[in-house]
Amino acid sequence: MSYTNSVSMDDGNMVFNLMPNADFGYKVHGDPFSTNTRRVLAVLLEKGISYEPITVDLKTGEHKRESYLSLNPFGQVPVFEDGNIKLCESRAITQYIAYVHSSRGTQLLNLQSHKTMATLTMWMEFEAHQFDPFASVLTWEQVIKPIYGLETDQTVVEENETGLENVLNVYEKRLQESRFLACNTFTLVDLHHLPNIQYLLGTPTKKLFENRPKVRTWVDDITGREAWKLACDHDKSWFGK
Amino acid sequence: MAGIKVFGHAASISTRRVLLTLHEKNLDFELVHVDLKDGEHKKESFLSHNPFGKVPAFEDGDLKLFESRAITQYIAHRYEGQGTNLLQPDSKNLAHYAIMAMGMQVEAHQFDPLASKLAWEHVFKLIYGLTTDQAVVAEEEAKLAKVLDVYEARLKEFKYLAGDTFTLTDLHHIPAVQYLLETPTKKLFTERPHVNKWVAEITKRPASQKILQ
Repeated sequence: MSYTNSVSMDDGNMVFNLMPNADFGYKVHGDPFSTNTRRVLAVLLEKGISYEPITVDLKTGEHKRESYLSLNPFGQVPVFEDGNIKLCESRAITQYIAYVHSSRGTQLLNLQSHKTMATLTMWMEFEAHQFDPFASVLTWEQVIKPIYGLETDQTVVEENETGLENVLNVYEKRLQESRFLACNTFTLVDLHHLPNIQYLLGTPTKKLFENRPKVRTWVDDITGREAWKLACDHDKSWFGK
Repeated sequence: MAGIKVFGHAASISTRRVLLTLHEKNLDFELVHVDLKDGEHKKESFLSHNPFGKVPAFEDGDLKLFESRAITQYIAHRYEGQGTNLLQPDSKNLAHYAIMAMGMQVEAHQFDPLASKLAWEHVFKLIYGLTTDQAVVAEEEAKLAKVLDVYEARLKEFKYLAGDTFTLTDLHHIPAVQYLLETPTKKLFTERPHVNKWVAEITKRPASQKILQ
């Protein structure tokens, strides 16, 4: 194990706490509720790497103001800093961390051959181009819009649920042959899905995941991971740091 | 190289991304035509290649891949030693690799959604006998202008998007750029001097010319 587990007793239950104990001076500019920010936090936590969280106030539009645009000219969170390197685009950041820290914490790649890496890359593209377009719209409509006092558009929800169902049918078949999407171990591919899935489990869209037995098992597996639960706990993973 | 097959359409933006990469690498391959107009990509025979029913599908020996940007990355790595180097010059430098990876994400998430919509409105709709929606064009052009402003600033500092050499990041843009240069949207590229220079460089490459034939 390359990270320290501390064990505390809580009402007779053993609670394992992942304690990141490797400090490389990383900074994450973002919002602990943002799906894209959480994608990055998940990887850092799986790897047992600490980071300085810097809140960008999305509600007041801080991400569109000049000071933030100098970090990310596209005005989006998160931005990741490693010394002089500033990276935006969550899926580029997660890959960077997974490669640089390949031998630390959870192995998130499948580096055996060109073939295994190509399969992993392909499934990362599936998440980004087949799954995410529907999932992120469903998260926006049902979870984020209400926070901003806007009304959910049920027609948009229905259309995107239909699209998502077609994608999950493909996933159901895949998960009959493979324990996780890219291969038999948990990788970046599965991790990239977590932020939207987590939010959608709190909406009626939940049934799309529950109605498919292999998908349901996979969802339970990946959302049950300690690092992911920590990423969603904004006191532990963001404000309390 | 025996055994490389691409299942796709020679005019499709995503198929062209793969063809460009194969040409840059001087790799032999067979292009198996999939008739998009006929809905061939949604039929059972094609779905066995790509369950999402999209072109292109790719085979190299017993490896089957889909998603153009996964295919191009496979080719760039697997055939690293031959033809054009499509990765960073110092391929083991992970920070430089991350810059290229970030550029590829930017192309996929910031540039392509807009460029594809515009190519659809100006070019592909006409092939299907539909009419261009000028309101959509105006909206998407406004967004693309903002993205190209970011590119202009970047290309003032570097010759190409990920640094001083041509990489996959630049290549991924070429098919959509080629289509848009034949439409009124061309002006967004030509009115930005560094973007204009970059566009001229990447479209004049022999591989870029080959895919237009």
